[in-house]
Amino acid sequence: MILVLPIMLPLLFMVALIFTRRWLAFQQVFSLIASFALTFLSALLLAEVSRKGIMTLQLGGWPAPYGITLVVDLLSAIMLTTTSFVALVVMIYSPGFIDKERQTAGYYPLVFGLLMGVNGAFITGDIFNMYVWYEVMLTSSFVLIALGGSAEQLRGSVKYVTISFVASIFFVSAIGIMYGQAGTLNMADLAYKMRSWEEMPYMNSALMLFFIAFSIKAALFPFFFWLPASYHTPPVAITALFAGTLTKVGIYTMMRFYSLFVVEDVMFWKIFLLVIAGLTMTVGVLMAASQFDIRKILSFHIISQVGYMVMGLVIFTPQAVAAAIYFTVHNMLSKTGTFLAGGLVYQRSGSYDLKYLGGLYKSMPFLALLFFVPAMSLAGIPPLPGFFGKLFLVKGGFAAGDYLITGVAIAVGLFTLFSMVKIWNEAYWKSEPENMPAPSRVSNLTLAASSLLVLAVILLGVFVGPVMKITHEAAVQLTDPLIYIQAVLGKQ
Amino acid sequence: MESVILQIAARHMRPILIVLSLVVLYRGHNEPGGGFIGGLMLGAAFILYAMAFGVSKTQKSISFSPVTMTALGLLIALLSGVPALFSGSPFMTGEWITLFQHTVVELKLGTPLLFDVGVYLTVAGMLMLVMFSIMED
Repeated sequence: MILVLPIMLPLLFMVALIFTRRWLAFQQVFSLIASFALTFLSALLLAEVSRKGIMTLQLGGWPAPYGITLVVDLLSAIMLTTTSFVALVVMIYSPGFIDKERQTAGYYPLVFGLLMGVNGAFITGDIFNMYVWYEVMLTSSFVLIALGGSAEQLRGSVKYVTISFVASIFFVSAIGIMYGQAGTLNMADLAYKMRSWEEMPYMNSALMLFFIAFSIKAALFPFFFWLPASYHTPPVAITALFAGTLTKVGIYTMMRFYSLFVVEDVMFWKIFLLVIAGLTMTVGVLMAASQFDIRKILSFHIISQVGYMVMGLVIFTPQAVAAAIYFTVHNMLSKTGTFLAGGLVYQRSGSYDLKYLGGLYKSMPFLALLFFVPAMSLAGIPPLPGFFGKLFLVKGGFAAGDYLITGVAIAVGLFTLFSMVKIWNEAYWKSEPENMPAPSRVSNLTLAASSLLVLAVILLGVFVGPVMKITHEAAVQLTDPLIYIQAVLGKQ
Repeated sequence: MESVILQIAARHMRPILIVLSLVVLYRGHNEPGGGFIGGLMLGAAFILYAMAFGVSKTQKSISFSPVTMTALGLLIALLSGVPALFSGSPFMTGEWITLFQHTVVELKLGTPLLFDVGVYLTVAGMLMLVMFSIMED
């Protein structure tokens, strides 16, 4: 029963918010409570799964390969918890940041629609169902990115919608091929058949199509160009929500698929994905270095950081995968944190452009701290979680003998530091430019939201031991797909 | 664009289409039909009316907004999964009650129909919402 709640509660909240769409104050309070409830529920689910092992639910009472199975393993539970926490923070942040018009135009119901899709994609055990959740999530995100309808936003959203449709086409074609070959779309059943049948032609073509679809969503090289072209256009709270949840769904799906379906030609996939990961890291970080808009720098960094996650995944030792999962969690928190801090800068000074900013450290040291912590975490400075994430990834890479990619990862870390220091120097450190407009007030709610997130980032670094223990268990489940198959199908 | 023929047709077609959409909705479980297609017909009934009389007059003639209708549909579809929980089955399991039983005819009602009603309302509401906002200008 508890397994349907991550999908059903957001739907219920969304419906409630649509009915009450005229009462803004109610919507603000209700979404806060609702996202808190979701966070609590996901944490409960995480505790339950780490105690009992993988949980499954056959929806509608239809047994496994025939009906839709909901599966929550540790990876799903970790992703659910992190996502809903990010959503909670954004819900605290939004009332003080997003203008009234957007808030009353359906912002709150849409956020819960997005969460429903994201959660659904995390816990479904059926590929077609996953496609449906992707669509739910994307439809909400289309409206969210265009909400308000400024010219710049519409320009960004046209690109975003188009590329998302292209990705969906690849996704569905791949599903078609897989279904034609195996006659099933239940992920566990499919993985089982791929391991037990002698021959299953065209599987690599289907996987390649899947790879294209997911790498568009996750913004991997060479399909990342849409992200920096669209993510900076909506209000930064929405961007933060997207950065913390949407792109990470692509990564989650890749982890799941790589673990279950890469059976043949493992070496090819490993080398191929390592090259992709290396290029993603490098290109992302280099392009970020040339930007001057805070939001654009951060957008390019989303791309660069995704490369690390893929790298940890394809090395595919429990150690490396555990590091990749830890890194993903850290990234969801820190990335959202830097975006929210960027929003604070905007609220204070009315600009995202580094050329027109300055002196914020002197005038508001606390605001500077709120940026400094997640940014240094992204750059990998100890004792923040980004350092541990990279450390474990590098350790995993060396242990597995993949020296080249590990070297690239270390080098990219230096460049990340450069970009973060650039924002720091320009916006906070250098003296105030002469024609800077009078500073405006920063709302207390946005400050509180940012502080909460920074606190979470620090705690993630402090409790790296216990967290790594959980992610390690998740990685063990992921690297041995038979556990997953058995939990769903209940056979050998 | 005011056309008397279209207005008379729309006035008479609307009730017929609404009844027909309900018939299609009901027979959908075992025969061709269902919530989606029924919802399209319901939406079409009001869109036809709006084409003849304009959007604002159509919205005045119905006492609910399409947004509310969509939300209501979603709520009903969600609730249709709940009865299964009381009998200890997984969420969304079909539960049936027999209203009327005879050697020849039998009338059964179940949660799949309730789910279809949800789909019916959602589709119709969404269709009206989209079409009305396009037609408004």
